[in-house]
Amino acid sequence: MPDKILSPKSHHVPDRGPDLVAAPERRAAEARAAAAAGPPIAPVAVTTDLSAAGGVTVSTVAPAPAPGDAGAGGENRRRRDDLFAAAGPLLRRPGFVLAALFVAFVIVSGLVPSLFTSYKPSATSGSDKLKGPSLDHLFGTDELGRDLFSRVLHGSTLTIKATGGAVLIAIVAGLTIGVVAGFFGGWVDSVLMRIIDILLAIPMLLMALVIVTALGFGLLPIAIAVGVTITPTFARTTRAEVLRVKEQPYVEAARTGGASWGRVLLRHILPNSWGPVSVLAVLDFGTAVLVISSLSFLGFGTPPPAAEWGTLISNGRNFLITSPWLSLLPGLFVGLVVFSLNHIARTLEEIKR
Amino acid sequence: MPRYLAGRFAQALLVLWAAYTVTFIILNVLPSDPITLQLSAGGADISQLTPAQLHDLKAHYGLDDPIVVQYFHHLWGALHFDFGMSLTQNVSVGSLISDKLPSTVTLTAVAVAVMLVFGLGIAFLATYVQWGPARTLLARLPAVGVSLPQFFVGLLLIQVFSFSLTWLPATGTDGWRSLVLPSITLALPGAAMLAQLLTRSLGDTWQEPYIVTARAKGLSRWTIQVRHALRNASLPALTLLGVLVGYTVVNAVVVETVFSRNGIGQLAQQAVLGQDVPVVQAIVLIAAGLFVVVNLLVDLLYSLLDPRVARAGRAA
Repeated sequence: MPDKILSPKSHHVPDRGPDLVAAPERRAAEARAAAAAGPPIAPVAVTTDLSAAGGVTVSTVAPAPAPGDAGAGGENRRRRDDLFAAAGPLLRRPGFVLAALFVAFVIVSGLVPSLFTSYKPSATSGSDKLKGPSLDHLFGTDELGRDLFSRVLHGSTLTIKATGGAVLIAIVAGLTIGVVAGFFGGWVDSVLMRIIDILLAIPMLLMALVIVTALGFGLLPIAIAVGVTITPTFARTTRAEVLRVKEQPYVEAARTGGASWGRVLLRHILPNSWGPVSVLAVLDFGTAVLVISSLSFLGFGTPPPAAEWGTLISNGRNFLITSPWLSLLPGLFVGLVVFSLNHIARTLEEIKR
Repeated sequence: MPRYLAGRFAQALLVLWAAYTVTFIILNVLPSDPITLQLSAGGADISQLTPAQLHDLKAHYGLDDPIVVQYFHHLWGALHFDFGMSLTQNVSVGSLISDKLPSTVTLTAVAVAVMLVFGLGIAFLATYVQWGPARTLLARLPAVGVSLPQFFVGLLLIQVFSFSLTWLPATGTDGWRSLVLPSITLALPGAAMLAQLLTRSLGDTWQEPYIVTARAKGLSRWTIQVRHALRNASLPALTLLGVLVGYTVVNAVVVETVFSRNGIGQLAQQAVLGQDVPVVQAIVLIAAGLFVVVNLLVDLLYSLLDPRVARAGRAA
């Protein structure tokens, strides 16, 4: 019994463990990388060197470092090392790998559906009406004999477009508002943040419904509606990060070194506040997929015959008694996508902490 | 304390007004013409009207006034619970809503109760149970609940409990039996979020020194969990609860559509489909009002549970 008192850890959710391991490892790798990068950069400008020193938190999760944009080979090598250091603990988590593989499958199959299915999404077949799932038709067929798996994959194309558009809108708008508010402060900050507060007070789906009412139905209105509704959280997070980074010594050093505010903003503040925002972006992919499929379930999506996930599920409702797979399998698919995205975001968050 | 309350109240009113204004602005950039919509709902075409008739119609709905005049006119009306006429159905928005409000309020209230029971229960067990696998399972379960789309959960429940087991009706609005499946569906994501937050904050609370003290003086784990940990861990959960109630009301749009329940949610879905602006505007105002009231209550409760909040407000 007394050992319970001495080890309060046993009462804790078993989630936090790995970061304690991951953090020193990553820091060591970064230190090594920074040391390796030191000599080649040294002759360049003072500010570049500072950016390397300040870049301790530079997004270690960035999926692909743009090669050659910095001009110095050292920085590229440093980034590659960073990437490996970050990927290590991730690859040791089977759940994360599974989720990432599934999301990758959804993206690839959504972009090139013909890779995974030989059926056309609109090819009807009178003899194959409402067939249950089988090896021929993985998800069965619908009331017109169309292959449901193929329709789901082609639905992915639409959903990926809408989700990508929504998150892009949210990132661009949220980052801009957040940076402006955090960087300029004062009354600009107050006004922007009050507006954000109001937008946050209106529940997400309700706001999306209002925007859809105003813009009409279809893929683009849905993407805009969802993008606008998730913008406030991005703006909030970015502002908080900018406020934190703005006070860091390396920003002051860069200013003293003669860098203009614009340069400081682009080279130092933005890259260093990007981390938490990128995790939020992954998390919001999940939210966006949920809201988009809800909106298309309610009938505000693209008109037939093109069918988004939500539309497929909504159509399948009419056959729920006799052919439940028509709505349940696409529904399960959406659930798995959202779950995978959330799991990826949570793992990234844990590892960064 | 009274000053703190007055401040919170003024803030709530301000948010309500701002929500109304924001939706008014968005809805009035509408590209389509409300008159055309209304006529086509009645089976007529706008080309059948003479310009004079059209002008009369516009004047009847106040659509020929400048937008600012319209705004103040509608705002004044909304203050008296007069939301104008529906564009697609020839009745006042007020009567449409008062017809459907009770069923949605009942559904939401039951759903919030279910949400509290499940959310609290799972978090409580996840931190109280000592058998490892059960702990892990309980801690991970909410992540699934957050991810499942509500329409999927609803359809799954219908499939299992209505069609296979025939225990409960699949659709309809009458009797408590028709309330069971929709309220569970509506409660699920909220319960999962609540459980996630509460599990985390309970876990954190168990690390506090006063828990060690309580253990050292010989209190049982149960007493500590109920008396010490839960009360302290529930403060952040309370804030989330305010937000969750608002989301639950809005998610009724999806759930009422799945279960074909006659309520505000279904009305909202039809209003958006028909671009019935006055109805949408009124529904937003009602949802925002509910959201604001619940959050006000949460703030009051918060200051009762943790007196430091109100004191800090006075000091600032």
